[in-house]
Amino acid sequence: MSKLGNLGARLHRGEIGYDFVAHRFLWYGVSVLITVLAIAGLGFRGLNMGIEFQGGAVFTVPKTSVSASQAETYAEEAAGHDAIVQELGSGGMRIQVSGVDTAKSDDIKQQLAQDLKVDADDINADLVGPSWGEQIANKAWQGLGIFLVLVVIYLAIAFEWRMAVAAFVALIHDITITVGIYALVGFEVTPGTVIGLLTILGYSLYDTVVVFDSLKEQTKDITKQTRWTYSEIANRSINSTLVRSVNTTVVALLPVAGLLFIGGGVLGAGMLNDISLSLFVGLAAGAYSSIFIATPLVADLKEREPQMKALKKRVLAKRAQSTDRDTADQDGTADEPYGDEPEDAAPAVVGPRHQPATRNRGRGRPSGKRR
Amino acid sequence: MARPSARPSGAGRPEREYEKVAAPKKGRSASAQSRPGRALVLMLIAVVALTGGMFASGHHTPRLGIDLAGGTSITLTAVTEPGQANAINPTNMDTAVEIMERRVNGLGVSEAEVQTQGDRNIIVNVPKGTDSEQAREQVGTTAKLYFRPVVATEVSGTDASASPSAGSSAAASPSPSASADESAADEEASSSPSDAASPSASATSQGRAVTEALKADPTPSDSAATSADASASPSASASASESAGSGEADAQLQAQYAALDCTKADQRSEAGSGAKPADSTVACGQNAQGQWQKYVLGPAEVDGTDVDKAEAVFDTQSAAGWKVTMDFTSKGADKFAAITGKLAQNQTPQNQFAIVLDNEVVSDPYVNQSITGGNAEISGSFTQEEAQGLANMLSYGALPLSFKESSVTTVTAALGGEQLEAGLIAGAIGLALVVIYLLVYYRGLSLIALASLLISAALTYVIMSLLGPAIGFALNLPAVCGAIVAIGITADSFIVYFERVRDEVREGRSLRPAVERGWPRARRTILVSDFVSFLAAAVLFVVSVGKVQGFAFTLGLTTLLDVVVVFFFTKPLLTLLARTKFFGGGHKWSGLDPKRLGARPPLRRTRRPAVHVDPKEA
Repeated sequence: MSKLGNLGARLHRGEIGYDFVAHRFLWYGVSVLITVLAIAGLGFRGLNMGIEFQGGAVFTVPKTSVSASQAETYAEEAAGHDAIVQELGSGGMRIQVSGVDTAKSDDIKQQLAQDLKVDADDINADLVGPSWGEQIANKAWQGLGIFLVLVVIYLAIAFEWRMAVAAFVALIHDITITVGIYALVGFEVTPGTVIGLLTILGYSLYDTVVVFDSLKEQTKDITKQTRWTYSEIANRSINSTLVRSVNTTVVALLPVAGLLFIGGGVLGAGMLNDISLSLFVGLAAGAYSSIFIATPLVADLKEREPQMKALKKRVLAKRAQSTDRDTADQDGTADEPYGDEPEDAAPAVVGPRHQPATRNRGRGRPSGKRR
Repeated sequence: MARPSARPSGAGRPEREYEKVAAPKKGRSASAQSRPGRALVLMLIAVVALTGGMFASGHHTPRLGIDLAGGTSITLTAVTEPGQANAINPTNMDTAVEIMERRVNGLGVSEAEVQTQGDRNIIVNVPKGTDSEQAREQVGTTAKLYFRPVVATEVSGTDASASPSAGSSAAASPSPSASADESAADEEASSSPSDAASPSASATSQGRAVTEALKADPTPSDSAATSADASASPSASASASESAGSGEADAQLQAQYAALDCTKADQRSEAGSGAKPADSTVACGQNAQGQWQKYVLGPAEVDGTDVDKAEAVFDTQSAAGWKVTMDFTSKGADKFAAITGKLAQNQTPQNQFAIVLDNEVVSDPYVNQSITGGNAEISGSFTQEEAQGLANMLSYGALPLSFKESSVTTVTAALGGEQLEAGLIAGAIGLALVVIYLLVYYRGLSLIALASLLISAALTYVIMSLLGPAIGFALNLPAVCGAIVAIGITADSFIVYFERVRDEVREGRSLRPAVERGWPRARRTILVSDFVSFLAAAVLFVVSVGKVQGFAFTLGLTTLLDVVVVFFFTKPLLTLLARTKFFGGGHKWSGLDPKRLGARPPLRRTRRPAVHVDPKEA
């Protein structure tokens, strides 16, 4: 912990840090590349839609003496359609037959019971009519749309529209990547996947919101100082919440990993596996995007504001001045907050704004000595 | 308010700063801070009360869904029929649920549940151990409502001493529809006096076991009408329509009728099944006394789609109590006038028509004159519920709602158990991993996180158990997943807070002010992010169908609980513990050791200028 704790402390103080904002084009590039790959994968390979979306039947049979390939033959005979047979960790088998309706699948079940010599009552059957999957998918799209609209509105109110836009972009980014990975790897898309995907929405935003919260706090009185530009402060806030972001992601991923392990290892396939797989991919993408995409994007948008442009000009001017005096002041970049402004330009300001100011005071000298 | 507890911590600066931060938000933060014990006690009381409630209610475990307990789950989707797009509405869906429930539970299934989902789906869950095939047949078929003339009827079972009730009740019931119209709120108050038939209110209790069914006696006598007003099924001569069906079919029907014992559930469900509307058939029904009565019924003359609407109304005028009014479509009105005209000439029981829903006679009113004009009312001594039930059925039969099986999931008890186990193991593994991570990273602080997680888990469990009987919540696999995913969200709230506190410590504050200073900011972050998470869950819950809903529900529930736990447990607990030597003193295992956190000595004290600011503010 001590090392991590120190790391946290140094990140907090800005002694170390990665300049996310400055390198943003690199990360935009990476994201664009992945997104293009994802879309290409989606276009060329398409999604492997599960039984639930195209109609069909999934039978789960307990352990039998019949081999998987034999069971496949039986199932194909009984159904007259292609069947996919998977062996499960428990020794049973999972037989999927697509393109049959619910009435037909009853017969298949009976036939299978006979062929595999198991009691029909011991066969688990999941029969899905074709329109059901469509309905689930439609509902999911509908939910996605409503959620996005609500969230953008909420973020625009709670923060500001630029952050809402950035969060929105990050969200689309996460979903595209997750869906793209599904297309590329060929994982089967089931209602479980959809659940996972929809949860990512919440989670990805959750993460983004925490970073934005810190950003909002730190840039509260940004125009009252002339030391730092918006981008620099944005970068600082990413770095200072980095420890939390990492912790959050790890803590969120751990239970999902547990699910994935159990779902994939013990049950073979099914709901648990599907949910956790899409969650796993999506959570990772979500953590990445809130740091590398969302915040730099906000900075980009913000820097377009006349106010911020003016600020940047002032900051640069001031720096140019001080460079004359002291060339090294520049590498303080993320080192200090914007506190060393004219002694409390706004005396009436209370609370949080005051805190960075004092914090900086304590640090002004040591950092000066460092160089 | 904040001051008293901040002051003892000494150092002038931190205290003042804290004071400023907390001051704008006096309400909650201050009270939580000054009386952490109270919040903890409150929380404890809530937990104990809920747990007590759980044990008192006798539901110690959450109700398990079909996929965990085993059984069959059938999803039915209402099909829109051309030109009837509006037929799928909540009222109709509720009626359909009611009728399906009646049908499924008629199979002798206990605890089958039928509920709507989304705007057009009905889920039927049949627990393991019942004949799922039969259940599927029952719920899958579209309800069909017919008006059939009664050819013969009698009480099925020996205990029924057939006593013709004849016209004794007749006097009370007929009422001109003109009077009914105003109360029934139909716009087209028809002037034509259509008249009321007095039905036998359908009762609920079932006839007891019979030793021997009465053999068909040619002149059917009907319901044991001890109370004149209640049952109104008289007897009489053959109706015209019935005489048509002659010969072989007729004989067969007679034989069926003779053999039919309506007190037996299996025979009941068999009776008349598969009969075409144009054929004569046999059917069962219950009379006002709850006795089963069997019928020979003529071909359907009017069918359910001919009924435009039916309503239960309270007759204030003639003090006849609850009655049911029906409006027919124009086509239906003609047919109805014709059949009632014919029936009215007959004698009891053949002046009765039977309202047959799914081959069960739900009502058998008699008529004494042709009912023209397109509306009619059925009166009798209905209770409000009975009248509404009958009106529902009449309306429902009039609707072209038919259902299609969207999915059928059969889970054996073995697989259900396996999945439950797997879910629990996954949860345990996930929890253990999180705990280990927190322990390594936060050391002593993780004990607080752990306690909070446990409280959260306990609350979730108890509330889920309570919600089972309360709102029919059933824990299914996606719900288990939701709970597991929620571990992360819950733990994150602690991380947000702990990191804040540690940041404060790093700036050289001692722990107690750090805990208080970190809170308002952590609180905002937690609320904002939990809100987003809750929003996602709520939207998912509202728009989704199928398994997604269970997931969304748990996620939303746990997010709410997270806020409750952080506010009323984690924060007060941390405040309390900050007073202890172990934490407050920054023990190296506490996770708050200033040295390990890389805290800087509070040099700021030497900075005078900052202090000058304070007086201005104060």
